[in-house]
Amino acid sequence: MSMKRIDHAEASSKFIKAKDHLDFHDKRLWDLRTKRDREAEGMPEWEDLRALASAIKEHTLTHLADYLEEFERNAIANGAQVHWAKDAAEHNQIVVDIMRSRGARTLVKAKSMLTDECDMRPFLENRGIEVMETDLGERIQQLDDEPPSHIVVPAVHKLRGDVARVFSETIGTDAKNSDVHYLAESQRQHTRPYFLRADAGMTGANFAVAETGTVVVCTNEGNADLSVHLPKLYIASIGIEKVIPKIEHLGVFVRMLSRSALGSPITQLTSHFRAPRDGTEMHIVLVDNGRSERLGMPDFWYSLKCIRCGACMNTCPVYRRSGGLSYGATYSGPIGVIIDPTFNLRKYSSLPFASTLNGSCTSVCPVKINIHEQIYKWRQIIAERHQLPFVKKEAMQIAGKILANPRMYRAAVGTAGTGIDLLPRFMMYNKLNAWGKQREVPKAPDKTFRQWYLENRAKKRGKR
Amino acid sequence: MKVGLFIPCYVDAFFPEVGIATLELLERLGVEVVYPLDQTCCGQPMANSGCQEDAAGAEALFVKNFAPFDYIVGPSGSCIHHVRENLTAIHQTPDVVRVRSNALELVEFLHDVVGVREFPWAEFPHAVGLHNGCASLRALKTAKMSEIDEPFFSKPLDLLSKVKGIRFVAPRRPDECCGFGGTFSVFEEPVSAKMGYDKVADHMSAGAEYIVSADMSCIMHQRGCAERMGVPIKFIHIAQVLNGARK
Amino acid sequence: MSSRDEVLARIRKNQPPPLPLPAAPAFGGPAGSKLERFKTALARMGGKLADPPADGDLDGLIARLFPKAGVICSATPEVAGNRRLDQMRQPAELDDVDVGIVRAVFGVAETGSLWLTDAQFRVNTLGFLAQHLVALLDPARIVLDMHHAYRERSQFDARYGVFMTGPSATADIEGILIHGAQGIRTLTVVLAAA
Repeated sequence: MSMKRIDHAEASSKFIKAKDHLDFHDKRLWDLRTKRDREAEGMPEWEDLRALASAIKEHTLTHLADYLEEFERNAIANGAQVHWAKDAAEHNQIVVDIMRSRGARTLVKAKSMLTDECDMRPFLENRGIEVMETDLGERIQQLDDEPPSHIVVPAVHKLRGDVARVFSETIGTDAKNSDVHYLAESQRQHTRPYFLRADAGMTGANFAVAETGTVVVCTNEGNADLSVHLPKLYIASIGIEKVIPKIEHLGVFVRMLSRSALGSPITQLTSHFRAPRDGTEMHIVLVDNGRSERLGMPDFWYSLKCIRCGACMNTCPVYRRSGGLSYGATYSGPIGVIIDPTFNLRKYSSLPFASTLNGSCTSVCPVKINIHEQIYKWRQIIAERHQLPFVKKEAMQIAGKILANPRMYRAAVGTAGTGIDLLPRFMMYNKLNAWGKQREVPKAPDKTFRQWYLENRAKKRGKR
Repeated sequence: MKVGLFIPCYVDAFFPEVGIATLELLERLGVEVVYPLDQTCCGQPMANSGCQEDAAGAEALFVKNFAPFDYIVGPSGSCIHHVRENLTAIHQTPDVVRVRSNALELVEFLHDVVGVREFPWAEFPHAVGLHNGCASLRALKTAKMSEIDEPFFSKPLDLLSKVKGIRFVAPRRPDECCGFGGTFSVFEEPVSAKMGYDKVADHMSAGAEYIVSADMSCIMHQRGCAERMGVPIKFIHIAQVLNGARK
Repeated sequence: MSSRDEVLARIRKNQPPPLPLPAAPAFGGPAGSKLERFKTALARMGGKLADPPADGDLDGLIARLFPKAGVICSATPEVAGNRRLDQMRQPAELDDVDVGIVRAVFGVAETGSLWLTDAQFRVNTLGFLAQHLVALLDPARIVLDMHHAYRERSQFDARYGVFMTGPSATADIEGILIHGAQGIRTLTVVLAAA
């Protein structure tokens, strides 16, 4: 994976130029946001549920070690085997080791952002393991050799013609047929044999219940269930922050998840995997990969409450107009902006600036993560660590000095009839000409407010 | 009650008419208003880029200028939000704490402190698209936001609704951000401009002749877009409407 | 030090000060018949409802609903079908099943969901490899909402359980809704007392 600094603005510029794709992307995700609103309006207890979900997560995270140990105890008592991975590399190695030791060479998997985060697929494929993404959106992206662009609808940035092209080049569909039913049916038929003969199946987890050792997976397609019920080997990859205390708490989270994500009351399948069936194995890999570090960051640990619903992406006006791929990370949109800098501050230093701080994300988050406040805080850290991606620190210092000094400020601003091109640079920072690319610049007035005040009020009061 | 008038730096420099309207309006309402002559800026431009050290000087000067007043009132949601919530680059002395909690945006001040609802000298017989800037809306909570399921309320609408002749038209996405976002407007220019164009087009589709807002920064951005788009929609600050501007 | 010990130690070092577990209140639901709400929710999620046969002949009903079905496989003794589950050796053998029949444990009025465990499926793949699924549901066994559903505590001792809400679906391509993604194409609920 490249370590090069992501240039979100540059990537967004390309996205915006593809007008049909941009329009669809923006409207489709706004539609999901609108559907979420309708669900929320239909439930008088919606805001109470948000508060409850947030409080349950905060309690759990502040007792995380105990709950993880309880989960592990119960999972083992259920007959599952529990492994711990401190980082992505260890996770991938554990998965390979489990599969190799059982002679497993084919893997069918349900959607798991964690496995994308760990870059698991190429690791497995380079070691001779065939990996089939079984979620339609993830499969499209796998076949197109592109990461998912949205954590819930991975191919939302594609139009049917794109899918027709990808499928015709890979699974042999008719390149001229972009009927969506035809394309979906083709993927169903093509994938089915892989389910039937796979040596191993893998899921992530939406929730891991400490009380019972249960792994809960919410899908619409039924691919998690097929991935688990057919092969003799089941591996669940779970981020340590997914733990919740009790079965009864699922009532709160299951009611919030799909409503927030898609505006639908529940996913078509809400699957609870507690123990392996006879003659099969269940392995659980608990993954840290920076989460325990983040837990110790007073300004940022709330991001661990995330239940991966994507509501923040759907509402974000920047995300809708730039697409998930422009963030250059597994996690994009608002949640990505506050998580990704913990993976690589320099690489992702532009992301906290890919935001207007409008706060819509915070207001739709089902677990009340204060996303936009964390975005603001990240900017401070980036500035402190001298990683400001575009504004030169010197320009900021100059601006700060001028604005701290009344006479310097007046000298910079107060010349009557000053044209906008003579504007002090500190007011428009470095990329002055960027404003004028698609917008008219404001006309300079005859006098400043202060000058007007001196002439029209201060004089009357006999002031200088 | 003595009010210190806070005129944001960009209003001072580019939109003095908004400062004038604000001052005249407060005077009409019998408020004792003083404009500290040595004010400059609230510090937001530096702070929003994460540069706390560079914001400190402006923030300290702000408190120094406005410490003598009961209220500090300014026609800008984002600046007042910065003062109330984020003026943290300086040591939090009792003066700092007091100035911060007494800083109010103009609509807040008129609605909550003065309690005025009628402006008999005002007349604005136009179709108006009301734009609530995100800082005013979501941070200062001057109106119900679409994300939260709660009873409807709107302080700007309460102030504007009795203005003679005014009628309101609502865009399809009433509170989607317009895309200004401070430095975002230049460093993420492609998305910023697209958001501005979309916002203007949305108001145009709704039939708005004027976009009225309490945030001049949003207006500056949307007007820049509209003028480049070549569409006839006009822009005006809420202070100007309430102060009696006819256009 | 194992990774387990390392991770747990780092978590214990970094855990923020403890915050309490809130008590979950009982939320009331909208007034009205749970059955009617269930039917509305089921339809919204793409599920179908079939009237129970007047003569009680469920095999007959299924033949009428699926006249072209070849392999009919039932996990409940109330329906005979023509493929016997007790002769299954591998879950993949159910790949050719056209219609599967199960009896759900209970339904959920809020969402139109059915709760089924491995006891109801007998072979879990019946609920996912079959092209179509018919689920018998006792109308007296409908709970109000998901909070009530999760309070059926003993159900969650099962090795596997699922809330099935309508057929499998996807809208991953241009937001167009497709029924029959990887799992069943249709779900038909027949209200029949247990």
